[in-house]
Parts: sequence; structure tokens; C-alpha cells
Amino acid sequence: MATELSAFVTNLTLFVLAAFVGYEIITKIPTNLHTPLMSGANAISGITLLGSVVVAGAGSTTLATVLGFLAVVMATINVVGGYLVSHFMLDQFRGGGN
Amino acid sequence: MPGILAQYLPDAALQLAYLIAGILFIQGLRDMTHPRTATRGNQISAAGMFLAVVVTALWFDILSPLVLAAALLIGGGIGAWLAVTVETTEMPQLVGLFNGFGGGASALVAGAELIDTFNGASVATLPVSLTATAAIAGIIGSVTFWGSLVAAGKLHGLVGDSPVSTNVGHAIKVLFLGAAVVAGLILVIQPETLGDSPIASWIPSYWVLVAAASILGIFLVVPIGGADMPVVIALLNSYSGLAAATTGFVLGNTALIIAGTLVGASGLILTVIMCESMNRSLTNVLFGGLGGDDGESEDMEDIYEGSIQETSPEEVVMLLETADRVVVVPGYGMAVAQAQHAVAELVELLDEHGVDVEFGIHPVAGRMPGHMNALLAEADVPYDKMRELEEVNPTFSQTDVAIVCGANDVVNPRANEDDGSPISGMPVLNVAEANTVIVNKRSLSPGFSGIPNPLFARDNTSMLFGDAKESMQDLVNDYKEATN
Repeated sequence: MATELSAFVTNLTLFVLAAFVGYEIITKIPTNLHTPLMSGANAISGITLLGSVVVAGAGSTTLATVLGFLAVVMATINVVGGYLVSHFMLDQFRGGGN
Repeated sequence: MPGILAQYLPDAALQLAYLIAGILFIQGLRDMTHPRTATRGNQISAAGMFLAVVVTALWFDILSPLVLAAALLIGGGIGAWLAVTVETTEMPQLVGLFNGFGGGASALVAGAELIDTFNGASVATLPVSLTATAAIAGIIGSVTFWGSLVAAGKLHGLVGDSPVSTNVGHAIKVLFLGAAVVAGLILVIQPETLGDSPIASWIPSYWVLVAAASILGIFLVVPIGGADMPVVIALLNSYSGLAAATTGFVLGNTALIIAGTLVGASGLILTVIMCESMNRSLTNVLFGGLGGDDGESEDMEDIYEGSIQETSPEEVVMLLETADRVVVVPGYGMAVAQAQHAVAELVELLDEHGVDVEFGIHPVAGRMPGHMNALLAEADVPYDKMRELEEVNPTFSQTDVAIVCGANDVVNPRANEDDGSPISGMPVLNVAEANTVIVNKRSLSPGFSGIPNPLFARDNTSMLFGDAKESMQDLVNDYKEATN
């Protein structure tokens, strides 16, 4: 129980620090880039793919494997689609004008 | 048996790889603060994701690598196909859709992890840290998935996008939120009682929670109107990050916590910016149903009667020929008509003829944060021509012609008056301070707020009625003729 609790607090530490870092960086992003930021951030939220890979691969029960499979498909759509969409959009920003 | 990497590397190596991925995500976001470095930032962030996924797949024991590979290929294929084939006008719904998939995946992973842990252990040993975080991930993930689907459906025109606010609707939301929370509490406090149930391995209360949260997600977004979509999309973006972060707590995975939290913060900041740009609270956007009931049904004819001046492309071009400074204010109408290329061409022409020309962009114009900027960038407008509200407002008094293209509420001077109208107090672009205002709209119909716009009736305003794309193209053609 004690180790569980300290692991939780370690994770909580990461959570809080990451929230501050995120706040500091993202408030500096200009409005111009809010759409690509959102779709790029969107792709990052597909990080849940890591969890999907683990549960899909563990295969301890058929149900968990099926759920994991679906989760991998959904998260990969999120990751690949998100990064590509922001890439295309950002390309246009860079190429804009002269 | 552990995966390939785990056999040769110490345990800390996985954590180290996740740390590197986390650094790449943060550096990627930092590069997003400037258009010049933003593309690189996106690539750095993608590299971090690639590293994290590859290391994870090689670290853990994958019993069925073919199944995993198939899932990755299917998902990657669908994602790439959607990204490549999407029209710029469909961008908001696509971003919404991707968002939903991330949230949905988080909810499924938390459920699968519960099943896995449950199978490997005796019933009473599911730790609270697992069940509680799984419950939170399940609720946020399901709300994100269904909420995003509804939002994407609205943006795509599949679901009605008029705002509704009913007491029944609020009651349903409270009911299903309550049901989800109760199911979560049952999951947390008495997992052992589930052991007697023959369907215990389904962790039934988790799936009750998912079902309740799904219905909650649908009912949360269905009543919200189209013009509030920038807030909703940003908020759901934040949720998808938080869902990933809480799933990170479930799995004890640091990469998920760091990356998910970054996204949660990003989405939340955008949400706050969007709300401030409308002078409305988040609660009001989510539950208010702006403009649904017409309390003070105003007579538009009283305001517009006899004061509307109509103009033609030829007359506008005559104005433009003598103008020194022109500001173009785009709105959702420009996006609907796909007029951004015509607008960009007009601006380029004016620029070539030595006119000081800029765009004045309201933060909530369109259907997602930065929507206008993305459309104009697609039409090759240099980003330094796009000015924010605070930058451009002081310049209207020195502006000869302001062209409003498909915008309405964001240029309504009534927002500056404290008269209790739905947009009262909202920061708007004060185009009326320009010498002449040209408003290009299809008709005098009110914007999303449902109130008339006194700007249209002002002495220095002329209406250029018509489809945004056609009107702007007419301006381009006539201007070319006149200047050649």
C-alpha cells in the first residue's frame, strides 16, 4: 500500500509539473497557430496508444485483446492523422507569402 | 517472457526512453510558438511519439505481434487517408473526430487494464489507485469520444447545430453524470462483491460507467450551438489529454502522464481564450444555450428600415482605388463559401498597388480556434498580414475601407454597449471607426446571437449582398480592370 501511494505521488508530481510547463509554453503560442497547435496537441493525446499497445499485446483474455485492438486502431488514427493534418497546415503557414 | 528490449536492457531504460519522448514533446510545442519553426516542432513531437511507441512495442511481451501490426496498419492507414483527403473546410470536424478517437482509446485501455489485472489476481486485490483512476479515465474518455462525435457531426452538418437549452436536457445530464459517478464509486469501494457475479470478469460497473458517461457526452454537446464550437472543440481537446493522463495513472506510465497533461493544459488555455473572446463563462457556453429563446424579440425592420445602403462591386472598387489602408475582417461566411482564395487574391492585388492592407481576425470567428488563420494560410496569405483584435482595433480610425466578409456578431457594435444583449461585453472589431465599411453578406439575417446588427444601418456602411466567393471574385476582376 505504501509503495502504491508513493508511486501515485510520483505520478502526481509529473502531472503537476507537466501542467505548469504546458501552461508556460502554450500561452506563448500566437493565435495564428492555434489550429495547427490544436491538431498537433491532438496527435500528442494519442499517446494513449502506448497503453493500447501493451493491453492489446498482453492478450491475457480475448476480451482485453479485442478492446486493445480497437484502442490501438483508434489511437493510431489519432496520432497519424493528427500529425499529418498539422504538418500540411503548418506547411501552408511557412509557404505563405513571399 | 518480456519483449526483446527488456531482455537486454535494465528496467530504467524504458523510463529513460519515455523521458526522452517527453522532452521531444515539450521541445516540439516550444517550436510551435513561431510559424518559422512550427513545422519542425511538429516533426520533433512526432519523432517523440514514434520513439515511445516503438520502444513500448519492443519492451513488453506482445503475444500476438501480427494482431498488433494489423491494428497499427489499419489505424495508420485510416488516419493518413483522412488527413490527405480532407478539404480545408472540413478541417474542424476532422480535428474533432481525431480528438474523439484518442479519448475513446483511453477509455478502452483503462477497461482492458482492469480486466487484465482482475484476471491475474484474486478479486479483492484490485488497488484503489487502479480502480479510481480507471473510473476517471473511463468517464473523461467516454465523454470525449461521444462529445467529439456529436461535435464533428454538427460541424459536418449531420446533426442540427442550433442551440437548445431545456430543463429536461439539464436533468438528463445530471442524471447520467450521477450514474457514472455512482458506478465509479462501486468500482472503487467494493470490487470483491463483483467476484460472486458470474460476469465478474467484465468488471460490469466499469461498463455501466462507460455507458452513462457516453450518454452524458452526447447530451452535453447536442444542445450547444454552432458558433460556440471553438470552445467545445478546445475543451474536448483538453479532455482527450486528461483522459490520456489519467490512463497513465492507471498503467503507471510516465509518458502518458506527461504528454496527456501537456495536451490537457493546451486545450484548457485555448478554451479560456475562446470564452474570454466571447465575454462568456464556460458554464454559460456549456449550459446557457445562447440565442435559443428570443426574450426581447426585437424588430429588425425598425433598425434597418430605410437605413440600409446597397452597393455594387464597381462602387467598392472605386473606393479601393483611392484607399491608403484597407482592413479585411473574415468570418464563418468566408469559410462556408470557401472564399479565402478570392479574398487572398484581392488582398495581394491591393498590396501590389501599394495599399496598406491587413486582416483583422477575431479569435472566435469560425468554428475552431485559429480557423480563419488556417484558411487564409491555405490561400497563401503571409501570417504577418493577419492581425489580432487588440492589434487591429486601434488602427480602424486610420483605415479608409473595412471589408467585412461573412462576419456578423464579431463586428456588432452593440457588444460595446451594456444593454444586456447576448453579446454585451464581448470584445468586437470596431470596424465602424473606419471611413467606409463594406459588409459582404448574403442577406440581413442575424448572426448566431440572433440580434440585429446596427452596423449595417450606419451611414458609413454599405452592404454588398451576395455569396462571399462570387462577390470577392467580382471585386478582384473589377479591380484588375480598373487598374490596368
